[in-house]
Amino acid sequence: MVQLTLPKNSRIGKGRHFAAPTGAKRTKTFKIYRYDPEGLENPRWDTYDVDVDACGPMLLDVLIHIKNNIDPTLTFRRSCREGVCGSCSMNIGGRNTLACTHGWAEVPGEQITISPLPSLPVVKDLVPDLTMFYAQYASIEPWLHTETPEPQKEWLQAPEDREKLDGLYECILCACCTTSCPSYWWNGERYLGPATLLHAYRWLIDSRDEAAGERLDALEDPFKLYRCHTIMNCAQVCPKGLNPAKAIAEIKKMLAERVV
Amino acid sequence: MTEANRGVRERPRSPHVQVWRWHVTMLTSILHRVTGCGLYGAALLAAVWAITLAAGYEAYATYMGLLASPIGKAALFLITLSVFFHLAHGIRHLVWDAGKAFEIKLSNTIAWAEIVFAVVATVAVWIIAAMTGAL
Repeated sequence: MVQLTLPKNSRIGKGRHFAAPTGAKRTKTFKIYRYDPEGLENPRWDTYDVDVDACGPMLLDVLIHIKNNIDPTLTFRRSCREGVCGSCSMNIGGRNTLACTHGWAEVPGEQITISPLPSLPVVKDLVPDLTMFYAQYASIEPWLHTETPEPQKEWLQAPEDREKLDGLYECILCACCTTSCPSYWWNGERYLGPATLLHAYRWLIDSRDEAAGERLDALEDPFKLYRCHTIMNCAQVCPKGLNPAKAIAEIKKMLAERVV
Repeated sequence: MTEANRGVRERPRSPHVQVWRWHVTMLTSILHRVTGCGLYGAALLAAVWAITLAAGYEAYATYMGLLASPIGKAALFLITLSVFFHLAHGIRHLVWDAGKAFEIKLSNTIAWAEIVFAVVATVAVWIIAAMTGAL
């Protein structure tokens, strides 16, 4: 259901302000979503004036700088700091991206707003609950389905068949695309969302997989697949430059071709 | 804090449309739906037009007078805009359904082109209407 406003317990209040240290020459203001699950208050926006000469170029550098030097209570996920783990995905300047591969200088505007991935239950600060996202991914059975007996060595694949997986296998499941999608915001419980569907397509066109029919049967549903209205937010924000919208269109084509 | 408050309370929902910085493709998508709904209204106006036509001269003249009023003209202008935008984006959807033109840069360009086309075509129709004395 379309719900343009946030529920009562999710409205965001005004928070604290942390001024820049005296003597800072170049500062930038970061407006960060804060939520303390152990308190009783609603979420709030805290603002931090950060001395940008004191931290690195990426937004993750800024977040780590704030946590180390200004406010140790700030909570966020991070791991690889090079865009392969997908942990630090969040909404920065109104777009989902990975904090580690996005420079703060690339974000337009006087102050930079940082909030958790959109329309998800918030565990704490910038950490959302991705349980449903992972469950949806698991629901498409993202592994090889075969009926022919296993070969003695590995399953072989021709180079040109392997090439078909380019632009799909690179997905790191950071959930930037899925949580960018207004269709997913309104129907996240029934619509699988761009990331899961991109993976569904990845297994559908795998030359070694032998369950394309069953996979398509499972996707033929007014909500699971067809809530994609080609809004294109997914492809607009994918930090790996992938195009889930195109993958979804290819699934729709496969379903159409199956009937005609 | 008392012990009773220690449990996990209902988690808040993170902001979505409140924080999102719009893309032009997102705009054309919602415009497609809005203009689609507008065209339902237009179909209704056309149906009433047919009914008044059948109901006799007086009803028809009253209805045409209503349509010629400033509010009626504004509605007709918006309907013209809706027709052209919905047409352009409808064709865009056919291209997408064929699995083509999903690249981001191209999609942004096409989205802007749809908006420009709708405005230019609408203004052109109204200029022609004014020149032929239909207004």
